[in-house]
Order: sequence, then structure tokens, then C-alpha cells
Amino acid sequence: MTVPVHTPGSETARPVTTPSTVDTELVQLLTPEGRRVEHERYAFDGDDESVRSLYRDLLLVRRVDHEAHALQRHGELGLWAQCLGQEAAQVGSGRALRSQDFAFPTYREHGVAWCRGIDPAKLLGLFRGVELGGWDPAETGMALYSIIIGAQTMHATGYAMALQRDGAVGTGDPTRDAAALAYFGDGASSQGDVHEAFVWASSFNAPVVFFCQNNHWAISVPLARQSRTPLVQRAAGYGFGGVRVDGNDVLAVHAVTQAALQRARDGEGPTLVEAVTYRMGAHTTSDDPTRYRDSAEVEAWRHRDPLARVERYLRELDTPESFFTDLQTEADDLGAHLREACRSLPEPDLGALFDGVYADAHPELAAQKAEYLAYRDSFDTEGGAA
Amino acid sequence: MSEFRLPDVGEGLTEAEVLTWHVAVGDVVEVNQTIVDIETAKSVVELPSPFAGEVTALLVPEGTTVPVGTPIIAIGGPTGPIVPDDASSLVEGEASADGEESAEEPAVQSAGEKREPVLVGYGVRTASTRRRRRKGESASAPSEPVEAALGRVATIDRRALAKPPVRKLAKDHGVDLLEVPCDGPVVTRADVEAFIAGRRPEPQAAAPTSAPVAAADGDTRIPVKGVRKATAQAMVSSAFTAPHVTEWVTLDVSATMELVERLKSDRRFAGVKVSPTLVVAKAVCLALTRTPELNASWDEATQEIVLKRSVNLGVAAATDRGLVVPNIPGADRMTLLELAEALGELTATARAGRTQPAQMSGGTFTITNVGVFGVDAGTPILNPGETGILCVGQIDRRPWVTGTPGGADERVEPRWVTTLAVSFDHRVVDGQQGSRFLADVASILRDPALALTF
Repeated sequence: MTVPVHTPGSETARPVTTPSTVDTELVQLLTPEGRRVEHERYAFDGDDESVRSLYRDLLLVRRVDHEAHALQRHGELGLWAQCLGQEAAQVGSGRALRSQDFAFPTYREHGVAWCRGIDPAKLLGLFRGVELGGWDPAETGMALYSIIIGAQTMHATGYAMALQRDGAVGTGDPTRDAAALAYFGDGASSQGDVHEAFVWASSFNAPVVFFCQNNHWAISVPLARQSRTPLVQRAAGYGFGGVRVDGNDVLAVHAVTQAALQRARDGEGPTLVEAVTYRMGAHTTSDDPTRYRDSAEVEAWRHRDPLARVERYLRELDTPESFFTDLQTEADDLGAHLREACRSLPEPDLGALFDGVYADAHPELAAQKAEYLAYRDSFDTEGGAA
Repeated sequence: MSEFRLPDVGEGLTEAEVLTWHVAVGDVVEVNQTIVDIETAKSVVELPSPFAGEVTALLVPEGTTVPVGTPIIAIGGPTGPIVPDDASSLVEGEASADGEESAEEPAVQSAGEKREPVLVGYGVRTASTRRRRRKGESASAPSEPVEAALGRVATIDRRALAKPPVRKLAKDHGVDLLEVPCDGPVVTRADVEAFIAGRRPEPQAAAPTSAPVAAADGDTRIPVKGVRKATAQAMVSSAFTAPHVTEWVTLDVSATMELVERLKSDRRFAGVKVSPTLVVAKAVCLALTRTPELNASWDEATQEIVLKRSVNLGVAAATDRGLVVPNIPGADRMTLLELAEALGELTATARAGRTQPAQMSGGTFTITNVGVFGVDAGTPILNPGETGILCVGQIDRRPWVTGTPGGADERVEPRWVTTLAVSFDHRVVDGQQGSRFLADVASILRDPALALTF
């Protein structure tokens, strides 16, 4: 079957073949016991040094998450959404991005932010209520956290379509071809926005990878209520390929995402990746999962921990103990840095609110800002906030 | 010395109970070591220590509920307090703000002392720290936007603050809210009621004769007549002639609820109201075939027990005029659809106040649904001349143990659960019959397919 698509550089529709099929079999390259296994189509392309480097990311991301959670309990953050248990899905996919690619996160992608080089302290402002974002999306290649469930899949698709129009797809130049990576969860898969994003991405063969972290719980709603079939099967209905991967296997996630991103960059269209993982923590610090889920289920997933299997593998390789102790020290320092940074986050200058509305200067808004600043300056201020 | 103030751990919580301390005075704690369990309106939460050092005081005993912002533990160290950052700046911030105000503007301080809960980072700060004095507010003219703001405030101030229902209450009584004295900034219902009560004597007109009459002593006296009188007589006669026994059973009626949903979408039932009560009515009719003694009457004069030929199913209905119990003659011979139609007609007639006395006589068994009032169960009193009455409680989502007892599939899950109570006349039947009847009704509601076995 062929479908006409609009591709950049050619104003006439050209037929392309329907992309690869949907595979519901779980791709795994590293078992929970820490054993490497072969897969007929996917392979981790790094050496053991890169596995160590991935492990460092996993461990530090877990520390960031743990520390931010504690900061919320200290009363320093209004809220925190833990990524505990999903580190491999986030780090594995985040590390598959190239600098010219662009990630569109939910509010839980702390591991992706880490991979994009964002200082984790910058994640805290939003959750402390002193920031509207925290980082420069253009500079980091990562959009701001999206609180609206599933909205970012539309942003990603739009961005991917823009890449096509900028001629940044399928040129064969590895420094130029780019893709968008849209993160969402099993709960968002039921949202209308996600459906629309899938339709647009498919219709325009947009270079976007839909990366679903199926963590089994949409707050208190179990996966079984979201879908009667594996989520990855939905891709078939939209006409693009899908792959199901062990989301707690950082090597498999990396390999699968890398392949999907490359297909996108090459102009072969979207892919749905279903990373099967588990939300080990609460939905957010305001949630109490013991009210709706069985502790036995959590216990079962604890045996599939994304960090433990990499550690087992590395210890099998006779990785020196110093590697682990040094990493622990690095994590402790990172924790101290986060606590310090959180407490010294400045109160917001509300005047800055006006700056992020339009890309270019806007006279009406400039007048409003001037008026507001005059009003603010009519107060005796020491702190700067008004 | 650092004090840890009770944080708001759940987006807008105002208080929490200290459940369990995991540390004692003298213990040395590390940052993020769990020190206490608290219970909020949402859940039980472990709090990690923000400080490292020696615990010098537990400031809130276990079992005590305190507002967010209350210092709960003091932590210091032998080498001096390890005080990170925010705690010290918080203390300083408060001190300087207070100092400034007491020096420059003592009048504001008392009003500004009100503690203002804030979401994060600082527990609770005093409102005064946020309320900065405007530059030259008293001396020079305020800038334009300030003036505009003040103008708006002044306009708002001319209107008394009150919630909409209180406004309506005042309006209905012709009360100007500005005249109502109140303690706080907001006029409450109690304020308005007190105001109305205070001025009551003058405008009181002649009360309509049929309405409740305010007696001299302030109590209200309501003449007993009509439905109230009939109900009173019936209840006295029943309660003090028939020795009542009440039994009840709590059961999972999820299957009944599913059946109700299925019937609702069935085209044949399109025009009628399908409710759990309909299934209960059918179940009662079926159960009475096995225990006809419950569909009977005690004849005192002849010293006989009269087993009724048919089930005239009474349904208690609360109406504007009071309780009425019309019945459906021959309910046991009706199909489910006919029963649904009869029930719908009966309730509509009762609600409209058009139930005829004939429709209320000759009943043989009654169903009363107290669940509609949001309660779980009751001990119903027999309709005089009848032997049984079934009381249906509210059908509610409850935790329920399902699966094989002790098996791997055993678990607690939310189910539709209700409580049925049956009262019977112990002159006519014994616990055996009463219990069998109740168990039969329950079995059908638990699994409507069992209706096939009756």
C-alpha cells in the first residue's frame, strides 16, 4: 500500500511504502540478572565504557529524583513527580538523541533533562513555584515540562513538520538531519491530543518518535483500563511502525530509540516506541499509591530494577570498586548541590513574566511591563519580588 | 539550632497529625534521614530531616494535630548548629521585617501579625513580611496605577462581604447586609439570623392558621393531622402489637447494578425507569414463593394466620405530605417490565400527592428504601396487618474481599455494596423463615441469575 505524502524539497506528492510493521515482542538486551542477550534486529552499539557511563547517568538521575522528593518533604518544593523506576527508559532514550534533535517531555522526564545537559537544579524552580520553565529550550534541545497530559505530542509533531520544511530531514548529512522525540505515558495514550498527533505525524510522515513510557499507572487508573491490547499495537492503526522494548533495560531502550530516531532523520517517518516500565513511586508527592495498588505488584517490579541489572553486569566485568564508591561520592555532592541550589533559588521577578510571551518585542506588552514596573517600584523592596 | 517546620506535603494542606517519631532527643540525624511519620488529610507521609545534627527537642507530641508551619523538631549539633541557608534567612527575614515595622509603623504590626500559610520553602511566614509599606504613601501623592487600585478597593469596600446564600437570605428578609453587625470581615449566616431574630418583634404579621405556630415559650407547635396522624397511629399499633425481630445482611450487589445498566439499554425497557429497587421488588416476590409465611397476616379475632393468595407489594414513598405506602396488587404475577411500569406509576402518583386510600390498603408485604436518604440500614416497623418489611440501604462503593478464600486471586476490590434489613412479626414466623427469606433475596441480588432457581 502506498500513501501520498508531502516532503520538503518536492512540491509534488511522492509515494512511499508503508513503514515497518508493529512488533509486540519485547526487545531486551540486558536481563534483570545482568546478562547480555542478543536480539536479531537491535544491538547496543557502545562498549563497556559506555555502559559504565550509562550507569553513572542512571545513578545520578536517581539521586536527583530522590533529593528533589526529599526537598518536597522538607517543605522546599510544592510538588515533585518522581521518575523512580523509569530511569532506564529516560536515560536510554535521552542518550540516543543528537544535539540537533529536540525532546518534548512530560513533567517527569528528569532523566531526559539530565541527558540534555540541563543542571538538575533548574528542574526545581517550576516545582517551587518560582519559575515558569527553568531552561532555554532552544539552547538545550528540550522543550519545557508540559503539565497538560499529552499536549507535547502535538508540539513534537508540529516541530517535526517544521524540520521537514526547513529541509533538515533525509539529506544524508548526519550533522543536519534531525528528529523530534515526544515523551508521554500510558495514561496520555487515551488523550485526544495524542491521537491527533499520531494522525498528523502519519499523514505528513513527520520525523517524530513517539516514546511512550508505559509505567502501568495513570495516577490511580491501571493500564488495563487504558487499553485492551499492548499500546504499541495502536501504531498499526495510524500506519506507522511500532516497537515494544523493556523500558527498564537501558541498553535495549538506547538501541531501539536510536534506530527509531535514525529512521525519522532519514525521512522514513514516525515510530511508536512502547517502553514497558513501572512507576515505582507515587504519581506525585501529593499522591498515596498504597490506596489503589497492590504492594505485591510493586515488589515484583523491584526485581526488574533498571539500575540493579547494570550494576550486576558491571560487577561481573570486574569493574573496580572505586568506580562505585567514586560515583557514590559524586552523587552525594550532587545531592548537596541540589539542596543548596533549591534553597537559594531567587524569588521570581514578576516583571520577567512579560518577556516570555512573544519572541519579538511587542509594543502593547512593553507598555504593560513598564506600567507594572512603575507600580512595583512604588513599593519599598528589599527582595526584588513584588 | 534549626527548627523544622511542618511542611505542606500535599498542595494546599493546612494541618497534619504527628503519628510516630522515629528519633528521640539526643539522637544524631543525617540529612534526609526519616524522622517522623505524619498523617495528612491525604495520606501518611514520612518526613526526612532537612538538617544534620543532634536532636535537641521534639516540639510536637505524637497524636497531636498541628497547623502547617508549626516547628516540630529542633536539631542542633555539638559543634554548633548546622543551619543551612533557608532556615537562617527565614529567621532573619522575620526579625528584620518585624523590627522595621515596630520601629516605623507600630500600628500596622498588630494587624499584620496574622500568619499566612504559603506553599513552599518557608513554612509559614507572617503576613507582615509581605505587606511592604509604599514609598511616601502618607506624604506624597500616589502614582496613577496606585490611585486606580485604591479607587477599586474603595468601591469594593462599600459592599459588605458575604457568601451568595447569605446574601439571598438577607435579601429574602429585606435585610441590608451593611447594617448587620459581624465579628470578622465577612457577614455570616449566623450574623444575619441573629440580626433577623433581633428585629423580629415589630414586623411580625398574623401567622397563617394552618402553619406552625410559635408558642409563647418560643417552641414551635405543629398540629398532628393528616398523613402525620395516620402514620403515628399505624406505627403505634404495629410496634406495640406485633413483636418485631429485625435481621440484616450486607452484600455485594455489583451484579445487580450491572443488570440494571443492561436493562436500561434494552429497548423494551426504554420507556420505564429501571432502578435497583425494581430488581429488589422482583427478588422479594420470588423469595416469597419459597417463604409464603412472610406474605401473611395475623388475625387476632379468629386466632388464625392468613397466608395471602397474592403479593400486594407495598412501596414506602416519602412525599411532601409525609410517608405514604401504596401497593402494587398482584406484583408476584407480573413480568419485570410490568413491575417496572407499576412501580413507576406508583411513585409518580405518590409524588404528585394523588395516591388514593384504596391504593394504600390491602398490602401484604412492604419495601422501604432508606438508601435514598444516604443511610446504610434501619430497623423498619411493619405496616400494620403485614408480617414482613424489607429495608434497603444505600448502595455504595465499598472495599470487598473477592476471589477464593486464601487463594492467590483473593483481594480487596471496590464493589457496589448495600445492607438489607428485614423486620418480621414473630407471632407469625420464626427466625428460620425470616432468615431464609432474607438470604433468598440477598442471593438473587448477589447473582440475579439465581432467580432461575425460584
